[in-house]
Amino acid sequence: MSKTQKSLLVQGYEVVIGFETHAQLSTQSKIFSRAPTAFGAEPNTQACAVDLALPGTLPVMNKGAVERAIELGLAVGAHIAEASIFARKNYFYPDLPKGYQISQFEIPVVQGGEVSFFVGDEKKTVRLVRAHLEEDAGKSLHEDFIGQSGIDLNRAGTPLLEIVTEPDIRSSDEAVAYAKELHKIVTWIGICDGNMQEGSFRCDANVSVRKPGAELGIRREIKNLNSFKFMQQAIDYEVRWQIEQIEDGHTIQQATVLFDPDTGETRAMRTKEDAADYRYFPDPDLPPLVIGRDWVARVQSEMTELPRVMAARFVTDYGLPEYDATTLTQSKAMAAYFEAAAKACGQAKLVSNWVMGEVSRRLNAGEVGIEHAPVSAVQLAAMIGRIADNTISNSAAKQVFDALWTEGGEVDALIEAKGLKQMNDSGALEAIIDEVLAANPKNVEEFRAGNTKALNGLVGPIMKASKGKANPAQVNELLLKKLQG
Amino acid sequence: MSLTALDIDRIANLARLELQPEEGQRMLDQINGFFTMVEAMRAVDTTGVEPLPHPIATIQEVALRLRDDLASEPNQREANQQSAPAVERGLFLVPKVIE
Amino acid sequence: MTVLHHMTVAALAAELRAKKVSATEVAQHFLARSQADTSGAFLSFNPGATLAQAKVADAQLAAGTAGPLAGVPMAHKDIFVTTDFPTTAGSKMLAGYRSPFDATVVRKLGVQAGGAGMVNVGKLNCDEFAMGSANENSAYKSVTNPWDTSRVPGGSSGGSSAAVAARLVPAATGTDTGGSIRQPASFCGITGIKPTYGRASRYGMIAYASSLDQAGPMARTAEDCALMLSAMCGPDLDRDSTSLDVPEENFALNLNAPIDGLRIGIPQEFFGEGLASGVRAAVDAALKEYEKLGAHLVPISLPRTELSIPVYYIIAPAEASSNLSRFDGVKFGHRTKDYTDLVSMYKRSRAEGFGEEVKRRIMTGAYVLSHGYYDAYYLQAQKIRRMISDDFQQAFKVCDVIAGPVAPTVAWKLGEKTDDPVANYLADIFTLPASLAGLPGMSVPAGFGEEGMPVGLQLIGNYFKEAQLLNAAHRLQQATDFHLRQPGGAK
Repeated sequence: MSKTQKSLLVQGYEVVIGFETHAQLSTQSKIFSRAPTAFGAEPNTQACAVDLALPGTLPVMNKGAVERAIELGLAVGAHIAEASIFARKNYFYPDLPKGYQISQFEIPVVQGGEVSFFVGDEKKTVRLVRAHLEEDAGKSLHEDFIGQSGIDLNRAGTPLLEIVTEPDIRSSDEAVAYAKELHKIVTWIGICDGNMQEGSFRCDANVSVRKPGAELGIRREIKNLNSFKFMQQAIDYEVRWQIEQIEDGHTIQQATVLFDPDTGETRAMRTKEDAADYRYFPDPDLPPLVIGRDWVARVQSEMTELPRVMAARFVTDYGLPEYDATTLTQSKAMAAYFEAAAKACGQAKLVSNWVMGEVSRRLNAGEVGIEHAPVSAVQLAAMIGRIADNTISNSAAKQVFDALWTEGGEVDALIEAKGLKQMNDSGALEAIIDEVLAANPKNVEEFRAGNTKALNGLVGPIMKASKGKANPAQVNELLLKKLQG
Repeated sequence: MSLTALDIDRIANLARLELQPEEGQRMLDQINGFFTMVEAMRAVDTTGVEPLPHPIATIQEVALRLRDDLASEPNQREANQQSAPAVERGLFLVPKVIE
Repeated sequence: MTVLHHMTVAALAAELRAKKVSATEVAQHFLARSQADTSGAFLSFNPGATLAQAKVADAQLAAGTAGPLAGVPMAHKDIFVTTDFPTTAGSKMLAGYRSPFDATVVRKLGVQAGGAGMVNVGKLNCDEFAMGSANENSAYKSVTNPWDTSRVPGGSSGGSSAAVAARLVPAATGTDTGGSIRQPASFCGITGIKPTYGRASRYGMIAYASSLDQAGPMARTAEDCALMLSAMCGPDLDRDSTSLDVPEENFALNLNAPIDGLRIGIPQEFFGEGLASGVRAAVDAALKEYEKLGAHLVPISLPRTELSIPVYYIIAPAEASSNLSRFDGVKFGHRTKDYTDLVSMYKRSRAEGFGEEVKRRIMTGAYVLSHGYYDAYYLQAQKIRRMISDDFQQAFKVCDVIAGPVAPTVAWKLGEKTDDPVANYLADIFTLPASLAGLPGMSVPAGFGEEGMPVGLQLIGNYFKEAQLLNAAHRLQQATDFHLRQPGGAK
């Protein structure tokens, strides 16, 4: 077992997680009917006869849903099936109007594929088993009714892509990182709006534990995780719970569990259906879905540049480390921002540092996306340009940036107004250095004795004496010259 | 292939049908009678034969037709709910669903 | 002028076009006959709606915008949903159900713009959810055969066949899944045709077995069937994914074409021991007529004929068990008054709403799909289905149409077969193969058998060969008069 794998063990147990994610596809109409899919409408105003399963109704397939499945397949490097079959998954539930869900069973539209991402500095790849098209169910509302539930079928028939991984995930950190990466992919390519509060992106985690080298343990499925924070908490709790059960001598029973955010615990659901006898069979109302290679080729050619392709391009074209490239391609908007700024000032690495650093920090704090950043890519580029040409130091830049972000303005004007121009006059600087050297003979002695750290004690006062305007690189250069000379 | 009363119970539950005891017994006998008739079918050698997805597939390829992604169904809630057993504020009412 | 109810659809259409009679008069005439009928053929009437349709037809006839069958009355099997009549599918589960939309077939035949202009007199009784061969599985009432009211009319389109035979309406729609148009047509001495699977839209046809169900016309003559079928068939690409993109066709165009040299395949398996001698005699006589008309009889074999019974009774109930899951008392249909929680609501609503045969098929269907049995039963049946279909293609290499009996016997007595459902299944042996293959099939009156009861000749054609079948049937009807005979009970 690798060092990394060992370090992921919890109380000596290996955690094994597989994910099933249901992504609602961003089509105008439902997968099998022409009712609209917009969120938030009055109950049952977007449920047409087909969605309500009225007698005599039949499904008709939405091309937009298929196209989005193809896009996802291409984005994860999967095989797009030439012919796939829709199957009925039979069970009774009030939010399932037909008493069966039209899904795909033996032959899904997308087969294989993988998703790669970073956990800290480590690159991880999770293999996908498949992704298939199916219809969403309606909703049950309990709050306003005593002893009864109100069924709203507006959501019934919304297209879903169910994306299933191999059990390759080994920790809750990896799980969240996977989920975030998948979320990025589906929103990036525009097939899903990714709005987790509205239920557009729902994850189920199949969790089990085992001693390293042992058989796979019995898994429990945590359903409907719709926030990354809860995902982490839920998995952590479930893992600890399972280990505790095993240590106490109990066996884990296969179960579906829900996470309660208030208590932070997972608990088993009342079973929806008999040990899952869904009696799958090919839906006789829907002939096989045939996807010609020319359609796939056309979708491929029209597809937006995928994040991993773009990241690879950032590495080759801009010389960025893989980590930077991956972080910058976390969203289309951020990648576009970076690229615009990098092209404008030609300082890709500096731009990267600033975007991953200051810009991201402020965006996260304000909980806004980069589309709403008060500092435009062009402005950032201008500022970085002034760092690169030594007009301002890095620390001065921070002040400029702060002003740009909170008040707005123009880079050069702000530099002027705040008097942040770096001192580039080596004569004046030399004079300051001489003064500081004279005032700190002990540091000089220690440095000359071999203690390079003594330099720090000299740089500080020099910077102070120059009111922060000295160019640090120049300070170091002149200081060393004088000390060594 | 002989079904037992337990099978009848299991299937009746899967199909959400409440059967009275004598009904269940009658059904057990009749379905078992049916399966005796069916046994000959199981012995047929179907190696290499693909199931038929649509009868016309015998003579030509049949593929799923795809429609354009357009939301054209208007809101017809009232008409759609005219035969509903229990409706309140546009919602279909059912006994409480316990998760 | 011939009495209105002895006129065919074709004749009535001509009378109406010639303005010799109005749609309203015609509607009133047939409505009165139908409402006075005691056979149980009808489940519901809505005179206001019928006369409103007739009024529209009259306006269209006056304006010259009328469809080809404008003002001709008919009735729909209660499997087709209609907005202006309730739809029950012969079941208590849908007592009082009103559909917010009309079936495509209803629209194509009716007075809506673009339709053929026919006027709906009422909804016709049928076996519950189209499951049955005698109309005794209707949750409401049985139907009596106009030729002998102690006998069944056949099923599941028993109300349709009885109504046409009794001249309550000149034509009706039926549905055929395993023979439910052909067999009642045979038992009642009328003509009926099931088109190629996928030729008539299933949208609005309450589903029994999705891969087998087809709508078709039932009338006294092949010509009438051709006229109606032409209106009923056509692509419904927006609503039915199994609807074939095959253009509408005028099936009446070449009805009179000579059939010299027509090769009629005679399957040896259709003429075995189980065939009643009276039925055999009538069928043989009809085949002799065909020889006189210039056709040649060619012996063929459909070796898996007997297998079609278990294959059908695995596939159809399997699909039905799933199709009927939507009847759960939540959005429409019967809900029990006696429940304590969700599960008991489901179980009792469905137990109360469904009759015994329906429950039996749901149970069988759920079983053959259930875990562990799918491969051995359902999948196996679907594979044999392909083999049966291939057998027909082999046969069609040496013949143009296939002919034989529709059923092994004439109509049996009411109550005679209600105790043994499996025996009932066996009687479907001749109609099931064409259903499984999705081929078009007809029943044409061929004479009379035991007890003077009607016998139908079955004609099966290759895919899309409805016109050929109707032509052959029409030629027989020009040489014989069985289709014109009236039951003693009809006035």
